[in-house]
Amino acid sequence: MIRGEQLSKSYGDVIALAPTDIHVREGKITAIMGGSGSGKTTLLRLLAGLEKPSSGHVWYGDEDLCSISDRRLYELRQSMGMLFQYSALLNSLNVYDNVAFPLHEHTDLDEEVIQTMVSMKLEQVGLRGFEHLMPSELSGGMAKRVAFARAMAMDPKIVFFDEPTSGLDPISSGVISTLIQNTARKNRMTSIVVTHDVSAGLTIADHVILLWQGRIIAEGTPDAIRDSDDARVQQFLEGRPDGPIPFSRSTTSYIDDLTHRPGTVRLET
Amino acid sequence: MTDLSIKQSAISVFFGKLGRHALRGIEHLGDGTMLGLNALALIFRRPWQGKHFILQMHALGVGSLVIIIITGAFTGMVLALQGYYTLAKFGSESLLGAGVGMSIIRELGPVLGAFMIIGRAGSSITAEIGIMRVTEQTDALEMMAVNPKQRILLPRIVAITLAVPLLVSLFDVIGIGSGYIVGVELLGVNPGAYMAELIAKITMHDIYGGWVKAVVFGFMIGMICTYMGYRSEPTTEGVAKATTQAVVVASVGVLIVDYILTSFFL
Repeated sequence: MIRGEQLSKSYGDVIALAPTDIHVREGKITAIMGGSGSGKTTLLRLLAGLEKPSSGHVWYGDEDLCSISDRRLYELRQSMGMLFQYSALLNSLNVYDNVAFPLHEHTDLDEEVIQTMVSMKLEQVGLRGFEHLMPSELSGGMAKRVAFARAMAMDPKIVFFDEPTSGLDPISSGVISTLIQNTARKNRMTSIVVTHDVSAGLTIADHVILLWQGRIIAEGTPDAIRDSDDARVQQFLEGRPDGPIPFSRSTTSYIDDLTHRPGTVRLET
Repeated sequence: MTDLSIKQSAISVFFGKLGRHALRGIEHLGDGTMLGLNALALIFRRPWQGKHFILQMHALGVGSLVIIIITGAFTGMVLALQGYYTLAKFGSESLLGAGVGMSIIRELGPVLGAFMIIGRAGSSITAEIGIMRVTEQTDALEMMAVNPKQRILLPRIVAITLAVPLLVSLFDVIGIGSGYIVGVELLGVNPGAYMAELIAKITMHDIYGGWVKAVVFGFMIGMICTYMGYRSEPTTEGVAKATTQAVVVASVGVLIVDYILTSFFL
């Protein structure tokens, strides 16, 4: 359904994503995993059309997201939802208006019907009765749950989740993971989940893509990823500091820096 | 030879920097114009943003009322004081009404009014849009199939373009009124002379000129402040820098355009 073809993104000299082919399966949950700075959020934003790639194409069926008109892009987005890492609730609106926002914008439903729908969505995330609160009055976890309810308001066909469980307590994190899984299964919703939460990613996903330094290093079912004999994959899954993926990003010798002889390039990489 | 090469390199560095600044300025001008025009082109596209125009008119226009009243009052009062003592040297105190009225309607109303609106409403436009960028609210709007240029930029540009002439008109009335109080009630100028000279010397041409300036300034403030916010670096420091730049660029822009318009209307 969604296909990235030779997608790449650079910011000046920094390559955030090397040319990458990616295929997101319809009605399935695809988890894009990797460490910080591995390019997973960049890939998500490219697939959502929030950024233009430096090269390559994003195909939605037979339409290239990079070359369609704005009008068509907004039509397509009416069947999409996105949960942002920091919630991105509209600060000037309360919880009710935030969740109801897409319904007010794109439907002619009566306010009573919208109220019922908002109550149902908020009940799903355990926040019914909090409609009157403003985003500034919510904790980070509550804001994320409201953002989840808003992303689901239009019952979208495709939903992008950017770090859905980061910053949440274990209960909220578990609830959100279960919600993603249940909603995706029930509605046959195509879900793309960017996360560095190994446990959540491998539990809920049908297909996992592992990124490192802007490149895909492994791809497959959660079991295939768990059984991978790639040392980088195993290091990431086990969270070990030692291995082929270096913890330190410094390129100069630590001892030389401490003894004020900066600039010596470290030999080991 | 070495000295000469150093001098040449210093000059080339200077002109190099100057050139880069000029190019960046032209780039911003082009980008800002395109962004503003793209937003304005959406004015008749559905969904109609009428409710948001009114909300912004209220937030930017009504919100600036108090500052405009205070500035207008004290500008008129100080003009009357200065004008009275200058005119008294020539025995022409009766011209005070015309002097205060013409200064305010032609120049001080549009320019000081624009400065106050830049400080009160323009800076808040840039900061608000910048914060929406930092907190990904504009991306959230995009993903909810709502064009942020149509929803965020357009209502603010239109609202401030309409609000500035209204606020400047209020500034003019308050300024002339407070000039009357100081001139007539405190300094003893003949009330009939104040009003008669005011009505005789001020033409509709002056009033239209002041309104045209106010509309142009309002449009400029809207374009500059929305652009600065929308293109600000999405960090707290970036938003702070963009807000400062918006106030500086809009204020300097008002003075430059004021000179051009004044030379055109005279």
